[in-house]
Amino acid sequence: MSDEFTLKVWRGDKSGGQEVEYHVPAETGMVVLDALHHIQHNQAPDLAVRWNCKAAHCGSCGAEVNGQPKLLCKTRMDDYAGETVSVRPMQTFPVIKDLVTDVSWNYQVAKEIPLLEPTSPAPFKMQQIDADRVQEFHRCIECFLCQDTCHVLRNHEGQQKYFGPRFMAKIAEFEMHPMDGEDRIPLLAHQAGLNMCNVTKCCTEVCPQHIRITDNAIIPLKERVADRYYDPIKILLRRLGGKKGEPGKANTPVAN
Amino acid sequence: MAHETYETHEYDIIVIGAGGSGLRAAVEASQVPGLKVAVITKSLLGKAHTVMAEGGVAASFGNLDAPDGWETHFYDTMRSGHFINNYRMAEIFAKEAPDRVLELESWGAVFDRTQEGRIMQRPFGAHSFRRLCHIGDHTGLELIRTMQYKAIHSGIDVFQEVTMTKLLVHNGRVAGAFGYFREDGRFVLFRARAVVLATGGWGKIFKVTSNSWESTGDGAALAFRAGANLMDMEMVQFHPTGMVWPPGVRGILVTEGVRGEGGLLYNSEGERFMQKYDPERMELSSRDVVARSIFKEAQAGRGTPHGGAWLDISHKGPEYVKAKLPGMYEQFLTLADLDITKERFEVAPTCHYTMGGLRVDPETCATNLPGLFAAGEVACGLHGANRLGGNSLSDLLVFGRRAGMGASEYVNGGDGFAPIDDSELQQEMDRVLEPFHREDGVNPYHVHERLQEIMTNHAGIMRSGPVLEEGLNKLLELKEEARNMGINGSRIYNPGWHAVFDVENMILLCEGIIRSALERKESRGAHWRTDFPDELPEWQKINFVESYDEGKIRIRTEPVNEMPENLAKLFTYGKAPGLAKQAGGKES
Amino acid sequence: MAQPLETTSAQKPKSSAKPKPYWVEPLITMVILGVWVLYSLWEVFFHNSGTYGNYISPYFSPGVGKWFGWHLLDGLYVAWVPFLFRFSCYYYRKEYYRGFFWDPPSCAAVDKPRPRYSGETKWPLAINNLHRYFWYLAFIVLVFLWKDAVQAFFFKNGFGVGIGSLLLLINAVLLTFYTFSCHAFRHMVGGRKDCFSCDGKPTTSYKLWNRVSSWNMFHGTWAWASLASVWAADLYIRLLSMGVIHDVRLF
Repeated sequence: MSDEFTLKVWRGDKSGGQEVEYHVPAETGMVVLDALHHIQHNQAPDLAVRWNCKAAHCGSCGAEVNGQPKLLCKTRMDDYAGETVSVRPMQTFPVIKDLVTDVSWNYQVAKEIPLLEPTSPAPFKMQQIDADRVQEFHRCIECFLCQDTCHVLRNHEGQQKYFGPRFMAKIAEFEMHPMDGEDRIPLLAHQAGLNMCNVTKCCTEVCPQHIRITDNAIIPLKERVADRYYDPIKILLRRLGGKKGEPGKANTPVAN
Repeated sequence: MAHETYETHEYDIIVIGAGGSGLRAAVEASQVPGLKVAVITKSLLGKAHTVMAEGGVAASFGNLDAPDGWETHFYDTMRSGHFINNYRMAEIFAKEAPDRVLELESWGAVFDRTQEGRIMQRPFGAHSFRRLCHIGDHTGLELIRTMQYKAIHSGIDVFQEVTMTKLLVHNGRVAGAFGYFREDGRFVLFRARAVVLATGGWGKIFKVTSNSWESTGDGAALAFRAGANLMDMEMVQFHPTGMVWPPGVRGILVTEGVRGEGGLLYNSEGERFMQKYDPERMELSSRDVVARSIFKEAQAGRGTPHGGAWLDISHKGPEYVKAKLPGMYEQFLTLADLDITKERFEVAPTCHYTMGGLRVDPETCATNLPGLFAAGEVACGLHGANRLGGNSLSDLLVFGRRAGMGASEYVNGGDGFAPIDDSELQQEMDRVLEPFHREDGVNPYHVHERLQEIMTNHAGIMRSGPVLEEGLNKLLELKEEARNMGINGSRIYNPGWHAVFDVENMILLCEGIIRSALERKESRGAHWRTDFPDELPEWQKINFVESYDEGKIRIRTEPVNEMPENLAKLFTYGKAPGLAKQAGGKES
Repeated sequence: MAQPLETTSAQKPKSSAKPKPYWVEPLITMVILGVWVLYSLWEVFFHNSGTYGNYISPYFSPGVGKWFGWHLLDGLYVAWVPFLFRFSCYYYRKEYYRGFFWDPPSCAAVDKPRPRYSGETKWPLAINNLHRYFWYLAFIVLVFLWKDAVQAFFFKNGFGVGIGSLLLLINAVLLTFYTFSCHAFRHMVGGRKDCFSCDGKPTTSYKLWNRVSSWNMFHGTWAWASLASVWAADLYIRLLSMGVIHDVRLF
């Protein structure tokens, strides 16, 4: 291993910026965030980078390392041995300064999602197998790397039309909760823009918590939306059953 | 200097800090119709240090061990706190914790389940029964995420990335808080009729710490300067198991859940050394004991290559470890290239929690400063000399709620907004901008590093009078130097600037810690003095309370409240009430 | 070729190898799928039958045309089923959106804004929401393919095993895995329910869902493998009937 790492860090703000090169002494097991801290403490005290826990629990330090959306605290410098490591802010969100971006849009979206409506008061009787399915989504640390990589949000100005993968997982978490009585299928089909997603799985690939967002949240939700809005036979049966216009209860199979 | 402006917001109650207790307080206050509530946080919502809690939330459901109950939880808490806890806080806490956990469940938290479909509970250090409700090893994440979503759906306004630099007081009553937005450095005044502090601890005073950068004790320092009292400042908890290698990860927490799930500790000679220190509870002894034991082993030359102990969970099998401790598995794999399902790993004590903090009323969480409330790690009294694992999360919920209730009652019964003195704010803005005019000043990061060095060498896990004295002198020197902290760059998201205030706050609290540590001439819980190695009964009767007076810290003793008879009785069986009941039941 | 990420366990990223340019992966997908589509069109439009002795090519089975006495372009009446099943498949969708539409070209690249993108909200792409119907049809076809696979072992002179018999059998097996690892099927058998065990015990539906879920992790693998096996089986039979090769009988 060389004794020194070379980093190119994007420095700038709303008005623009450029990559600045820094050299940092190498240390065993160093992560990109360590290198940035070294720069901050010794070379550029005003280098802006968001971080909290430095243990991949809080999801504050999302950025793009050599173009890939990564958590800075979990990305090892020795993975890029011999290369210059380029660190840039997430592209999907407006930059505030250096590596810090304005992610406030995500917090607005979060408000649109109805909370759990328990069908019976706690304590719940619930088996582990039911907990397992939703607990996967509970691992989310809201680093927003999935939102960053999602091409709907990134390339297609989709922020008006699609909540993004993070919030599909959030909706799935409530929607698949065995004790939930709220119906979020109309929300998914309309404002949340579920079908803006074309299941290309970048969100799953970048997720540092290894949540299988596409396979376990988005696709199952798409199937539920299909049950309600696309499946002609189910729609017909529902009409015949006299449930026209009445939102189906999430706990009961839609076609019956 | 140009005339600076600030924007003004008015709320009935502001909550400073958006961790578990802050959000719980805000949610509680927002239930009162007509009250305007805001939460102010210095980082993003949902990132607070609460996410770092791993093992679980302690509540005596007795889902697995039926004899458990609030009495036993109370007993365990008092006993681990070495009886300088506020008994009333511990009582309220033990009684209310289960309800608070169930509340979480109905707001969307999904805990691991038992065979019968109830909340699963795991064993933890010094808990008499299996008591920690958990979700894998990311219980704190679950708690904060649940509270976060509950809060944003409760009509609470959230101000993110705001640094508070001053708590405003008018005629001995809280009037609001003043600070700036990190995003662009613009100043902001929050006028409030009551303020709830939920700013957490100050674990960042040590180099090896499991705490996130936020734990700089801002709330405690702000309140202390404004006239609130601090208590038990000498009590700083070291978690026995932090990561050791590689250097960059030193201090990152290895959850107590590893031992709860059956992990064993060995020294370099392959001996389960806990046998010597606590043969009864072994690895699941209280944190102060285990931390000290690891430290002593390393001192005696039986440490691992990087000065810790071996922790081994590999005998539980890969499937089990991955299911119950997925975060730990991943953490070691990515950060240390080590597979904990196959190998043992090194652990060493790491600064984890500050038991001391603002002295509060057990029922309402009110401090001595009218209109100021405190809950969570920033408050003091529940944990005494040593906190039990899992008690902090239930602490957040129980006293977060009580602080929210206390504040809304205070507001409903109290007066309107206290007036604000504009010249005071002008002065404060000048002070806050001062570091920009000292471009050749001292680098705040370096001051922080030196502060950590002083605290580690002089007031760490092992303390003694002369070493503490020397540390105090060094600290006072550093304090002088720190007056000259300077930075460059703009006001837009400038971490160097933010660090100046963090460091100022920490220096103040460190002084409080060392002074208090010098006063307590015994060893009790987390406070271990080699010159006074024994726990002495007469010191069990007092707490050290600190107040701030014209730049000086004054320290006085206050008697520990005595337990009423019905509670005192619980300690007469010779074992935990639940266990005694169990034994008694078997006999009859 | 991208396989579904086995992401439930942590993986240490290997990164000493230089990353490929971002367009390599979509390009490979584009070439393979493109060649396959062209081959299929040639097969379906230029041939009336895919039968050679007791072997029936998967493109021509079941022989719907023959049932009705139509003898022109027999493949046309049935080949659209597997085609649409694959077209609307959640796995292939990922591949062709990335490969042909460049939505996105890769997970990391910056792209020009294209505000006209509408995902799967509008026709014709909204047809992908009816994947389940193509599953029903594909299931029927699969039954016939099993019949063909069995039939492939019974020659004029009795039971035997030829390369063709094995190819058709392997094809039927791979298609079975592909069909039953389908996301829509996973939804049908249990995914649509919120509660697997509300009465305290795991339901049959949970057990099915669990099994399908474990196959579903490798849906992409089954997709590519069965694509190759269909191709191989058909090509083998085509070459036999063109007289280019002779069937090899193992016994």
